[in-house]
Amino acid sequence: MLRTRFRLAAVLTVAALVLAACGGGDDDSGGSSGASASELKVFAAASLTAAFTKLGEQYAAANGGDKVTFNFAGSQALATQIQQAAPADVFASADTTNMDKVKDLVGTPQNFASNLLQIVVEKGNPKNVKTLDDLANPDLKVVLAAPDVPAGKYAAEILSKAGVTVKPVSQEDNVKAVVTKVSLGEADAGIVYVTDVTAGGDKVEGVDIPEEQNVTATYPIATVKASKAQDKAQAFMDLVLSPEGQQVLKQYGFLPPPTT
Amino acid sequence: MPAWFAVPAAVAVGFLAIPLLGLLSETPWRELPTELTSPIVLQAVRLSLVCSLGAVGLSVLLGVPLAFLLARVAFPGRNLVRALTTLPMVLPPVVGGVALLLAFGRRGLVGQWLDQWFGITLPFTTAGAILAEAFVAMPFLVITTEAGLRAMDRRYEDAAATLGAGRWLTFRRVTLPLIAPSLGAGIALCWARALGEFGATITFAGNLPGVTQTMPLAVYIALETDLQAAIALSLVLLVISLAVLIALRDRWFPTA
Repeated sequence: MLRTRFRLAAVLTVAALVLAACGGGDDDSGGSSGASASELKVFAAASLTAAFTKLGEQYAAANGGDKVTFNFAGSQALATQIQQAAPADVFASADTTNMDKVKDLVGTPQNFASNLLQIVVEKGNPKNVKTLDDLANPDLKVVLAAPDVPAGKYAAEILSKAGVTVKPVSQEDNVKAVVTKVSLGEADAGIVYVTDVTAGGDKVEGVDIPEEQNVTATYPIATVKASKAQDKAQAFMDLVLSPEGQQVLKQYGFLPPPTT
Repeated sequence: MPAWFAVPAAVAVGFLAIPLLGLLSETPWRELPTELTSPIVLQAVRLSLVCSLGAVGLSVLLGVPLAFLLARVAFPGRNLVRALTTLPMVLPPVVGGVALLLAFGRRGLVGQWLDQWFGITLPFTTAGAILAEAFVAMPFLVITTEAGLRAMDRRYEDAAATLGAGRWLTFRRVTLPLIAPSLGAGIALCWARALGEFGATITFAGNLPGVTQTMPLAVYIALETDLQAAIALSLVLLVISLAVLIALRDRWFPTA
């Protein structure tokens, strides 16, 4: 009897701790699930993780502690979530295709950055990958983003331009997962944004793609029409487009938006 | 029982039934035949069957002997082993995937030797998907089979021994038929769990149509762009789950 009671108490304690951890973690994690009504919810492409987190801090500092919570994922996933009426205030996509998908649900988009792509390999380039042609080597384990992910689409464009056929061993759901697989040593190479290689730190390095074979990714940003915080959403968008915002993006390796 | 229990009970039924009704109501019934025969869906179904049956096979091969060990042999650390066996049942699947990666990945604890000595890598292969599914599904088989072993009347085995039957013969002709219902239920549960596995598979084995993109992964990817295909696949999985339930109904819903 005592043992049963003790076990029950133990289970309840663990359950309580787990619930507390779930509830208390949201303040630090920046996840959108536990965000309170006044926090700004920004849906942004995975490749914007580092730069936008920094911009979120700047926004909070400039707006009396108004917090920003981010949902970083593949732009195709975010667009679908917005179509399913997910509570987003701002949407920043890694390509114009996904912004077009939701054009009836967002305000006028504006391009705020561009990005180039690079081949990512492990630090030290152990498999000696020098060009896109090397990726066609059947012994090399190449990981790409899934065809519907912007990074996957750009990679397909690049490979088609270069006339190289690559058989990836996995199609990842967002570009960060590609970097992870390479940094873990599971994959030998992948095609990601230049900014992801920088963000990948010491574990990875980049191999340049010649300019004539590379594509420029265009990043648009827009406020979501269904947002209940239009002013704040607009304020965040303005910050991203402002000289300060552009400087932060430059710091993280992004290029200015196309001038056309 | 207090009469007002009927209210939360009704809410519970609604909570469980409404998502299923939602799925059925959004199913594109007219386009279903086309969706179900599209290459992505067929590939995913075929791969799911191969991987889940492979996982069941592996679980039976390794799990049944383990069940015997846990039921019949009082070895030191038995409780620890039983806890270890139950762990994948409560562990979040994606955590299982991370753990598998760190153990059997190319740089993993065991994986690095597999790669260096035998040139075997498990991530990104169908074998890796089978391993991930077996990791999460085997506990179901072991637990159910162990329960069956504990519940059976051992005197039949003793009788067989007195009649001169060896251990293997006794196992084949006496024990196995006696635990067949438990073993069958365990296999059904193991298979259903393996079929539905997502987190460990996508983390450890990756996602490639025809190689590692099982049905749950295909649903996840399709959800982001092709809702119709996602719903069609979900329906297939739902029907299979229902079939398992119906097959096991006598066990779970015994008619009094």
